[in-house]
Amino acid sequence: MSTQSTRMAARFMVAPSVLVLLVWMIVPLAMTAYFSFRLYRLLSPDRTGWVGFNNYVWFFNSPDFWLALTNTLMLVGGVLVITVVLGILIALLLDQPVKGQGLLRILVIAPFFVMPPVAASIWENLFMHPQNGLFAALARGFGAQPILFLESYPMPSVIGIVAWEWLPFATLIFVTALQSLSSEQLEAAEMDGASAFNRFRYIILPHLTRAITVVILIQTIFLLGIFGEIFTTTQGGPGSASTTLPYMIFKQAIAAKDIGRAAAGGIIAVILANIVAYFLMRGLGRHLDA
Amino acid sequence: MGKIQLTKVRKAFGETEVIPGIDLAIEDGEFVVFVGPSGCGKSTLLRLIAGLEDTTSGVIEIDGKDATNLPPAKRGLAMVFQSYALYPHMTVRKNIAFPLKMAGMPEAEQAARVERAAKVLNLTSYLDRRPGQLSGGQRQRVAIGRAIVREPAAFLFDEPLSNLDAALRVGMRQEISELHQSLKTTMIYVTHDQVEAMTMADKIVVLNAGRIEQVGAPLELYNNPRNIFVAGFIGSPKMNLIEGPEAAKHDAHTIGIRPEHISVGDGPWEGVVGLSEHLGSDSFIKVDVPGLGIINVRGPGELGVHHGDRIRLAPAGKIHRFDDKGLAL
Amino acid sequence: MARAASPRRKLITTLAAWTVALIIFFPVLWMILTSFKTEASAVAMPPQFLSADWTLENYVEVWGRSAYPRFFWNSVVIAVGSTLLGLVIAIPAAWAMAFVPGKRTKDLLMWMLSTKMMPAVAVMIPIYLLFLRFGLLDTRIGLVLVLMLMNLPIIIWMLYTYFKEIPAEILEAARMDGASLWNEILYVLTPMAVPGIASTMLLNIILAWNEAFWTITLTTTRAAPLSAFIASFSAPQGLFYAKLSAASAMAILPILILGWFSQKQLVRGLTFGAVK
Repeated sequence: MSTQSTRMAARFMVAPSVLVLLVWMIVPLAMTAYFSFRLYRLLSPDRTGWVGFNNYVWFFNSPDFWLALTNTLMLVGGVLVITVVLGILIALLLDQPVKGQGLLRILVIAPFFVMPPVAASIWENLFMHPQNGLFAALARGFGAQPILFLESYPMPSVIGIVAWEWLPFATLIFVTALQSLSSEQLEAAEMDGASAFNRFRYIILPHLTRAITVVILIQTIFLLGIFGEIFTTTQGGPGSASTTLPYMIFKQAIAAKDIGRAAAGGIIAVILANIVAYFLMRGLGRHLDA
Repeated sequence: MGKIQLTKVRKAFGETEVIPGIDLAIEDGEFVVFVGPSGCGKSTLLRLIAGLEDTTSGVIEIDGKDATNLPPAKRGLAMVFQSYALYPHMTVRKNIAFPLKMAGMPEAEQAARVERAAKVLNLTSYLDRRPGQLSGGQRQRVAIGRAIVREPAAFLFDEPLSNLDAALRVGMRQEISELHQSLKTTMIYVTHDQVEAMTMADKIVVLNAGRIEQVGAPLELYNNPRNIFVAGFIGSPKMNLIEGPEAAKHDAHTIGIRPEHISVGDGPWEGVVGLSEHLGSDSFIKVDVPGLGIINVRGPGELGVHHGDRIRLAPAGKIHRFDDKGLAL
Repeated sequence: MARAASPRRKLITTLAAWTVALIIFFPVLWMILTSFKTEASAVAMPPQFLSADWTLENYVEVWGRSAYPRFFWNSVVIAVGSTLLGLVIAIPAAWAMAFVPGKRTKDLLMWMLSTKMMPAVAVMIPIYLLFLRFGLLDTRIGLVLVLMLMNLPIIIWMLYTYFKEIPAEILEAARMDGASLWNEILYVLTPMAVPGIASTMLLNIILAWNEAFWTITLTTTRAAPLSAFIASFSAPQGLFYAKLSAASAMAILPILILGWFSQKQLVRGLTFGAVK
């Protein structure tokens, strides 16, 4: 509903955004695709040339790749399950009439604003450290051996840290969603004889569907790229035990200095991300009013 | 001056044709009302005149000059929107002054004009408030104030009273009519309410599915509707339309009799009273007459008939005759 | 709630809620406490709560006797710079998509969001090489550009959802009142959208401030912001716990404050208006 001239102006005004995003997507991606078929090692710069799919083959033959893939899925899935389940429970609690709502919310939301390296370093040094961490002190207090979190359980530890960072986000969204549920609906259900559990099961949970979908979709976007937490804590180790796909590619590029292989890994990551994105966008599209 | 001429104006959104082609002349100083059911294209037609939409083809002339491709700002028209569209972040004073500021008018003159408009519209004590602090009727006045300060060639009103409650609507209706009488500027007014159309207009344009059904003075449309659509749309309660043998008696496919043109007491038709509404000044009754269907009757004062009564009716006024295509004979 | 809860029930839920909130907040609290302890007290076993040696020395040390202020200012410049640049590009685009929607507007918005899902590692090497080629490595301007591009889809989306709530009739009224496109955006749209633009700005400053991939890979020393600095701050055997905590506290404090201010808008913003 507009005139020719406003439509022209509109096109003109969207153009810069589209252009920069297009360049930002296409140029680097094309270069990555190019490198992925090349022999390109920073340690032996004179040996170059086309290698076909060798870089890709290396990836698929590397046991580390499958481990990294599993780790990535575990990280995303684990964090999603923890944040959604705990988030709903905490949101139900915060939705009750409690004293000091405002301050409570400020405390609960805080971890979301903590930058990943700081979050990781707090947990690594102040809590999980086998000599000086609080957990170690706690274990000794009970007369037990301190748990070597990052050495013995690197993936669960990383998942725990990331879940702590994202729990506030999920909680806040669920609290907001709960507030839009009319109390009359709940009272009607109560009049109809629904127990607390049935009110949750048949009224509250369906009401939260949209919020749950949104939490899953938005968190996945960010969780697929988790990097800072691993870089700060385990560096992907011990061995490759906590290496995710992004981190594995990073290691190929920075530590092994094999640009060709890293690029192949990058392309694989793009393809995987596209598969995920396809489903996300389909789900997301239904819930965003564009 | 505010003479507006539409020639073969057509509007299509993609494949769907909203206005298939309209010719219309609006004389300077006229109060013209576009009326029709929702979706009839009346608002689109107004927006075409305003320049908020492109015409697909055809010509719009304002005071003899081709304005078809002019942007809204260059057409010299002012518009009052259904939602009033006041700028929420500006005071009433700034809202009214905005078009003057955009025109680059000196501040002193702006202030003088705003004062004058505020006085006319009884807004002087509200000038430093924001729209959010005003009532619906006051907002409406601010929107009108914003339109009149520019001294436009014509005013465009897009269902301006539909967001007001019934009592306020009658008051504002009269204020707009008085404004027209004192300004003598062309006004084009869109509404779906035929009462507004009948009471305010010099000329009514009845639209249906993007086509003009009839153009004329209010009483002309009432007395001589050109077709069944206009006959049914103008007048309240709706005209009774009767087909079949009764119509054939008058040598027509359909005959129409207004509810106020039927007398109760003696007559050729007999039926049972269904719903009866007694307003004191008027009575509305629905009578089920075998062979004719439900007949609406409007009588002055108290008719003294009630649900279930068996009464006789007679036509007592003009009988409108229509052919099988719905056109008046 | 239409019904007043019994005092007993309110007491129980209040206690439970506060316990949960304190557990979630505890790591941050513990870090802040540690930052005020001496190094010896910070690593003391068993952990010291109230009996610790309290000191401000860590803050003085970190802020005064290291390159810390530079990292801090880099963070400020990069976060604020990338956000402002993003807004300048995004406001016209969001205006166009919100008020002059076409058949492909929704697809365009979805495509923009999908660029967010491109894994950063996949383009790390080319970006690194391009930065090397154009002398952008370890420069603030380079990071401003990359973070702007990274967050642009979110900025556009957020603005779009805010603009959508402004009635188009008001902009049409401005057009009827003789405003040019520029005046329409300057005098009518922008002032009306100030709350939306402000919360978009706050949220994107937060996102840019906390970004920890590009800041780590594209900087070494000169342009490194706090995220890169903290990530590489080594604490072998807990030697610098207190100083690390002080540095961390200063790194998150500005964002914590901004975040608390914007928390009402956070949900709307980050869910692109899907949850309000």
